[in-house]
Amino acid sequence: MANGILVYGEVRDGSLKAITRELVGAAAQLSQAGAGPVSIGLIGEPGATTDAAVAAARALPVAKVFVARDATLGSYSTQAYAMALQAIIAASDAKVVLFGATVLGRDLSARVAARCGASLFTDCTELAWTNGTLRVKRPVYSGKVILELESTAALQMASIRPNVFAPAGAGGSADVVDVPVSISESDIRGRVKETVRTSAGKKDLTEAEIIVSGGRSLKSSENFKMLDELAEALGATVGASRAAVDAGYAPHSMQVGQTGKVVNPKLYVAVGISGAIQHLVGMRTSKVIVAINKDENAPIFQKADYGVVGDLFEFVPRLTEELKKLRASH
Amino acid sequence: MKIVALVKSVPDTESKIKIAADGMSIDPQGIKYILNPYDEFAVEEGLRIKERLKDDTTVVVVSMGPERVVDVLRTALAMGADDAIHVGDPAFDGGDSQANARVLAEVIRTLSADLILGGKQGIDYDAAQTCAAIAEILGIPQALIVTELKISDDKKTVTARRRVEGGDELVEMSLPALVTCEKGLNEPRYASLPGIMKAKKKEIKKVGLSDLPLKADAVGAAGSKAKVVRYHNLPERPPVKMIAGDVATQAKELARLLREEAKVI
Repeated sequence: MANGILVYGEVRDGSLKAITRELVGAAAQLSQAGAGPVSIGLIGEPGATTDAAVAAARALPVAKVFVARDATLGSYSTQAYAMALQAIIAASDAKVVLFGATVLGRDLSARVAARCGASLFTDCTELAWTNGTLRVKRPVYSGKVILELESTAALQMASIRPNVFAPAGAGGSADVVDVPVSISESDIRGRVKETVRTSAGKKDLTEAEIIVSGGRSLKSSENFKMLDELAEALGATVGASRAAVDAGYAPHSMQVGQTGKVVNPKLYVAVGISGAIQHLVGMRTSKVIVAINKDENAPIFQKADYGVVGDLFEFVPRLTEELKKLRASH
Repeated sequence: MKIVALVKSVPDTESKIKIAADGMSIDPQGIKYILNPYDEFAVEEGLRIKERLKDDTTVVVVSMGPERVVDVLRTALAMGADDAIHVGDPAFDGGDSQANARVLAEVIRTLSADLILGGKQGIDYDAAQTCAAIAEILGIPQALIVTELKISDDKKTVTARRRVEGGDELVEMSLPALVTCEKGLNEPRYASLPGIMKAKKKEIKKVGLSDLPLKADAVGAAGSKAKVVRYHNLPERPPVKMIAGDVATQAKELARLLREEAKVI
């Protein structure tokens, strides 16, 4: 009977994504509750990139690393990757498969679940192993309520939001198992042709641990630079409210909220954001929320842990200065 | 071309969501249902492709669910869709995303669609998994979360621009293919008054289990392996700590609290 947890190790820009470590941390908890051993599944073309990912995966606290190497698996294709992952799942005999709720993780998990007849819970914020089955919690209705679910499937899958689980520490040197795959070019009818970088080097909002977001009160795109400096001092990524995006102060790729990105950082600093429901649904799971607003009645203060009533143009540079000092003293 | 737009009836964003007394469902009392905002982009994109191609392209809207989905189908017809199908049967009740995908895939198969458009996610369950599962069942390529879509002159391939972490990805696919739509793809039109009048008179075709090559135990609650344990309200946040004083004091104090109390920096 199937046993154990397989973590899908996503490789992007030539390295194993940070979320893999968090997934291994989550899997370790399930394993302790009796779900079986933890392994990692990797997909890529033969060569240095995949070898480096295998080396990184082996160093994590897992029992085995399963790897499917094939010339057809260079650039991402949902169809080819789904076939490869199905082969890895069969080889690993896992009962549970975990994905990061990243763009690729979401794309691949729903496809593989249908392919393997598995159940899939997406975008989970809690995981447990109860009575020999996977039990999860996930925000629904734009995060207004939490839905607890369990699976009755023989194969159970889940994707996990970034920054939910503590990353696993170092491991030993796991065994590597090569999984043969036979994929022909004719199986692949869709493929990534080009990747366009728009924010090179910066962490994406959905994966950022600290976010500084600006609202319409910033009054111009020029003034958003003030947030860049604050973000620099915090090691943060800059986001924006819909009002700021609609006003043209920031691009839509920076928008946090219902029609933007749903984020889950450990610290969210809302600067000049009033806190419309549209925005709150995108950031309400943040661990610590700071609100800076000149209107003491702004709804954002009801969701915040720390509030500052004041003129953001005076306060933000001061805060940046204080954070720099703090950083220098440690 | 035959274009299918999948649409869903979901609670309005502004709706208050209340958990039912048994904790197993959402209290429908007072909820206003709307066409899922991301599905509006799907309908609009289908209509724009039809208008651009100026050939015999048709746009069929398909919605699965109880009787109220007829309203969102009428909304899509009023925008300009040619035909509408209501996939409804008590046997489909309680289906999870994968079970619903099996049903919708069979409906789409009967339509011989070249392009299937959906929203990037329903704003009710936010699962974002039905469309990709449909693509898998139909064995066709997919591009999810798309902000730009181009169909080749020979109508054999599509190029989709999709948002990924830190940038955009261009995915090239042969047709038939499935695409889910993200904000930014287009600006959905408002239905015109003649459109609304015409939509009222249009026949909406109903499809049930007996019309599809599926067994009752493959669909609805019987065919679903995801079971609701219960709904929970959000944990209460402790009350906000307001930081008083002049600007210099506030900045210093906030920095201190973030480091020493919250321990996040």
